Amino acid sequence: MTLRRRHLLARASGLVGAVWLRPARATADELAAAVAAFAAGAPVREGRVEFEIAPLVENGNAVPVTVRAQSPMSEADHVTAIAIYNESNPQRDVAVFHLGPRAGRAQVATRIRLATSQQLVAIAKMSDGSCWTKTVDVLVTLAACVEPGP
Amino acid sequence: MSRALITMPTAAKRGDVVEIRTLIAHPMETGYRAGEDGRILPRNLIRRLTCHYDDVQVFGAELFPAIAANPYIVFSTLATASGTLRFTWSGDNGFAQTESVVLTVT
Repeated sequence: MTLRRRHLLARASGLVGAVWLRPARATADELAAAVAAFAAGAPVREGRVEFEIAPLVENGNAVPVTVRAQSPMSEADHVTAIAIYNESNPQRDVAVFHLGPRAGRAQVATRIRLATSQQLVAIAKMSDGSCWTKTVDVLVTLAACVEPGP
Repeated sequence: MSRALITMPTAAKRGDVVEIRTLIAHPMETGYRAGEDGRILPRNLIRRLTCHYDDVQVFGAELFPAIAANPYIVFSTLATASGTLRFTWSGDNGFAQTESVVLTVT
């Protein structure tokens, strides 16, 4: 009897978990898909990219971010593109920057919107085709899109 | 015409990395937000910024709804020769704006 009850409870909690987790997992899958689409078949590895963003964001309407890639930026070895993707905004794309050896430095900065606490991925594509990423988690206290923004 | 600000040095030594900061006044309406009457506001975005250095593109950016209002973008370029840097923003509803800055390279 107790065994059955325990089974039932376990199954019920599993069900609740599944219901709650599905949206999060779906957007995480979309994030992975967006990164894979940007890489276009190239292997995606962690490293060589720095992603500067405050870990605790007070206002999601304008969050300063800086993405820096380690690269000599020479004719033979440079960054061709840097992209940022998010997990939980209405759309996965944030920005795509196209660079080249004439950029001199593989660094871009902008201000972005964050709808909620979530994961962000910065990805740099090198001239040899390889892709390097950095993933960060941010907490957002005041979300963008909720209040009529500035 | 929107108000656009470009902050960069006007003179540099050959081979220097010049930092360019650009800001343009634009609401960057996402198309996901409801207005005061409860209806979704139509999307109105700047979709692209390009920088041409003497007619050679040195930088490009594709912007999406997740870019904050009044897009602020910082990038850099290598000072190669005296010339004009041309910045072009383009977007929804036929938005297009071009600004130029002359860079003197010694």
